[in-house]
Amino acid sequence: MKKGRPAPRTGLLRQLDALARAMLPTATTALLLLLAPMPVGLPGTVAAVALPCVYFWSVFRPSAMPPPAAFGLGLLQDLLTAGPFGAGTLTLLLAHGVAVRWRGFLARQSFLIVWLVFCGFAAAAAGLGWVLQGLLAWQVPPVAPGLTGAGLAIGFYPLIALGLTGLHGAMRRAESAP
Amino acid sequence: MIRLSIPLRLALSRLSLPVLIAAAFGAMLLGKADTLLAERARVALADVLTPIWAALREPLGAVQGAVQEARQLLALREENARLREDNERLRRWHAAALALEAEVDMLRRQLAFVPEAAPAFHTARVVADGGGTYARALLLAAGPHHGVRKGQVALDERGLVGRVTEVGARSARVLLATDMNMRIPVTLEGSRARAIMVGTNGARPRLQHWPEGTLPEEGERVVTSAEANAFPSGLPVGVVRWSASGAPEIELFARLDRLDVVRLFDYGLSGILPPEAVARREPVRAVGATAAARRAAP
Repeated sequence: MKKGRPAPRTGLLRQLDALARAMLPTATTALLLLLAPMPVGLPGTVAAVALPCVYFWSVFRPSAMPPPAAFGLGLLQDLLTAGPFGAGTLTLLLAHGVAVRWRGFLARQSFLIVWLVFCGFAAAAAGLGWVLQGLLAWQVPPVAPGLTGAGLAIGFYPLIALGLTGLHGAMRRAESAP
Repeated sequence: MIRLSIPLRLALSRLSLPVLIAAAFGAMLLGKADTLLAERARVALADVLTPIWAALREPLGAVQGAVQEARQLLALREENARLREDNERLRRWHAAALALEAEVDMLRRQLAFVPEAAPAFHTARVVADGGGTYARALLLAAGPHHGVRKGQVALDERGLVGRVTEVGARSARVLLATDMNMRIPVTLEGSRARAIMVGTNGARPRLQHWPEGTLPEEGERVVTSAEANAFPSGLPVGVVRWSASGAPEIELFARLDRLDVVRLFDYGLSGILPPEAVARREPVRAVGATAAARRAAP
């Protein structure tokens, strides 16, 4: 193919390529969410998988994780778990908004700092979930499930970040190649 | 694709987050107001996903099975070690038992010990308590051609019960060890001292006539003694208990208050004279004595 002659087919392919690339983070997150309830003997893995993914993409590639995607993932999470409907959606959306706002600072930090900030996100998400559950059911919910979920999310984050960093790097290379 | 102006796009992207957050609140309220809706949506999603999960379960199950197998193999090793240790210990005991057996054999040879024949016994059902001449006695139902005879020793599964005193065609009476008329020669197992166990009609017979210098000890085991040739030696009787009034009593092993079946052992002993022999001679001797006295009187 000669350079400097944009062919229409190539343009379509490129558009498809860009679309696929734009959808990849959301799609992989959704796939992870669907695989998370597999019976492996760990409780509450769905929420613990969703938050790291949304956080990672919001910080490092917010264009691939727009608010509607976060909303959709939150809905999926709410449908997959048995918690109060909508609480997971709200939590993910707020996490996404805060992460996007802080990304100018976070994207330049080392992995450890990003992880530490994520620990704060997980704790805050657990607290918010606890408050929402308490408000919706109008009784004091137990603390242990939220703590377990936060701990799981914090523990899963390095694994998920490792995989997503590889994916992110591959996407960047694909974008800069042509 | 719809072309939008850049300011409009920016405004839209700015607006989308608050709008969606509001929508999330709305979803929450909706889920609260109509719990059935959320439930139905969840079930629908689960219906779609269940086949996928089921398919993915297979490899996962295989992995889990392998892990479990590995864990079991580890446990197997541990168990093997434990069993080997056990085996070693048991082998030592086996060696000890063999050595003791050899020693016993040797001692028997030196004593020219003649082993006692295992005594024959009948089992008889207890049909009634008490009655008859004695305060503490049992009535046994025996078959028509029973081999029960007077002087046989009655034992339950724990220890001495008493002795057969009367035999009928289909029944027999056993005088219990607790009866007032019962005297049984016993041995204190710790000190090998002889004594007599005396029935009191109470639950615990007294211990009497132990040799001077050896006091029966609390909790000492008491077995029958072969002295007087009425009982074989070594039948378990009970343990010594000192009463509150300071008298040594014997707590019997046999549970005399709840006897169902007793075993009557025939040891072939003839130490007890038949009562009629004793009863008949006495008047004869008395008459002879009075006659002699009369003859001597004048």
